[in-house]
Amino acid sequence: MSTVFIALQANEETRAIIEAIVLDNPEAIVKREPAMVKINAPGRLVVNRETIESIVGRSFDLQEMHIHLITLSGNVDETDDSLTLTWNN
Amino acid sequence: MDTQVTKKKLGLKERYKLLTRDLGWETTFHSREEVFPYVHYEGIKIHDWDKWEDPFRLTMDAYWKYQAEKERKFYAIIDAHAQNNGHLNLTDAHYLTAIKIFLQAITPGEYCAHKGFARVGREFGGVGTQVACQMQSLDEVRHAQTQIHAMSNYNKFYQGFHAFSDQRDRIWYTSVARSFFDDALSSGPFEFMIAIGFSFEYVLTNLLFVPFMSGAAYNGDMATVTFGFSAQSDEARHMTLGLECIKFMLEQDPANLPIVQKWIDKWFWRGLRILALVGTMMDYMLPKRVMSWKEAFDIYGIENGGALFNDLARYGVRAPKGWGDAAAAIDHMSHQLMLGLYQWSFGTAFHGWIPSDDEMEWLSAKYPDSFDKYYRPRWEHIKKLAAAGTPFKNYGLAKLCQTCQLPCVFTEPGDPTLICHREIDYKGEKYHFCSDGCKEIFENEPEKYIQAWLPMPQLFQEPLKGDLGAWMNYVSLVDGQDNGDFDGSQDQINFDKWRGMATSNK
Ligand SMILES: [Fe+2]
Ligand SMILES: [Fe+2]
Repeated sequence: MSTVFIALQANEETRAIIEAIVLDNPEAIVKREPAMVKINAPGRLVVNRETIESIVGRSFDLQEMHIHLITLSGNVDETDDSLTLTWNN
Repeated sequence: MDTQVTKKKLGLKERYKLLTRDLGWETTFHSREEVFPYVHYEGIKIHDWDKWEDPFRLTMDAYWKYQAEKERKFYAIIDAHAQNNGHLNLTDAHYLTAIKIFLQAITPGEYCAHKGFARVGREFGGVGTQVACQMQSLDEVRHAQTQIHAMSNYNKFYQGFHAFSDQRDRIWYTSVARSFFDDALSSGPFEFMIAIGFSFEYVLTNLLFVPFMSGAAYNGDMATVTFGFSAQSDEARHMTLGLECIKFMLEQDPANLPIVQKWIDKWFWRGLRILALVGTMMDYMLPKRVMSWKEAFDIYGIENGGALFNDLARYGVRAPKGWGDAAAAIDHMSHQLMLGLYQWSFGTAFHGWIPSDDEMEWLSAKYPDSFDKYYRPRWEHIKKLAAAGTPFKNYGLAKLCQTCQLPCVFTEPGDPTLICHREIDYKGEKYHFCSDGCKEIFENEPEKYIQAWLPMPQLFQEPLKGDLGAWMNYVSLVDGQDNGDFDGSQDQINFDKWRGMATSNK
């Protein structure tokens, strides 16, 4: 199965996002590199709004992620509740 | 963050529909063919433009909000960098070589991408595509501006930053990137999307930006990290646009596949050639290295590109034709080009140097199959010549590839001791190529590439007529200041002096 990934800037705002990704994707592997954090997962990775909100304690718009994104890999689907990355193989 | 929002009345999907797709209208005054005249001649068949949708569903209002936020973050850091002598936090001034190449070769490419997306955003027939291209066009002009702005701080203190736009147009190594973008800009709208949206953004920008920005962070270059990350935050959207466009073309009509495949083959190879420059930055120019070019290529090229082409296999797409040659070249590309840049350093608006023992150890470890066997002996020889006061300088001019415009310094696939060189005769003229990939690209569109502007023939034409001094003026290169050896350069002397002043009371 191909690896999907998302990379975010290492900063205060993304700590909660990364924490949420780890909670919701048990197979995700977090790699901390200078100034950035890259998260790999086999085939599929999902970012859930509710999980982030439960960590930051405020409402969170998933599109805020655009400010911190560095790169990603996989087919994207974004709704109000989640951002999903997938490879179909 | 001022982006806190209460629960919206409309969901993302509805908002996207209202604020994007519903902005379109059926033309009545002129026919669709007259309004969108460029979407047919490349042979791509589209039956339903509405099938294309931005999977991020970003609308213009949200776009402006987040872009403004990015700009505020960017300028806060750039101001702090300038106010606090951020340039003295660099690991070493020879790091700036990488930044000079970036400004001279890559930043102007951002501006070209801006122009290209503005154009195709007008030429495409679907609203979703038009809006996404318009956003990308604005992103790209922002990238060009923020990069020039961030690097202008280095121009106050160091050489080689002052004339990037002349150098983009006139100097030789930048013509590699220039010709890539000129080629894309003079293509039809669909080919442009494959060239920039797909090959450049999806397959290649990870290799260009991600390890490079991480490298900048590692080397204390706050200015570059900041413009890099600010630009890169748009990149996920650009990559997604590229991937969606390619899927859209393939889904719309099976007859599109062979056309698309040919473009994938072409633009992968053209992109790989630009990345040769990036390979030298990663392997030779960062004083503190994050990962080797080869490691980056394994992650972002082989693994990620492989995943992508496996995914697209359901449409009948195969990996680009040059994929195998690329994988074989990775052990050699950066070393071969760096040896070239070193010996031609009289003609570069950045400095050259011989890697230190420490750096050569690192290169041996990262390139166990190639460095000690093929490249260390050459550097050792060059080092001996330099120590003897007879440094190895090549005042001959490089033979350039007619397609990618790199000097023909690369070797045969399968024999790293034999220079690869191809040539063909076309309408009574001889044309040279660095590889089979570049030769095939020429053969498919000879009438396009015989028009290519090449920097070496330019030297022998009006107004220079072979005068090297006049050429230096023409490319805005100050001899003895911008070029030559890093050791003893003003950049080296000033950096050491200023850093000494910054860290002591002298
Ligand atoms: Fe860009
Ligand atoms: Fe070439």
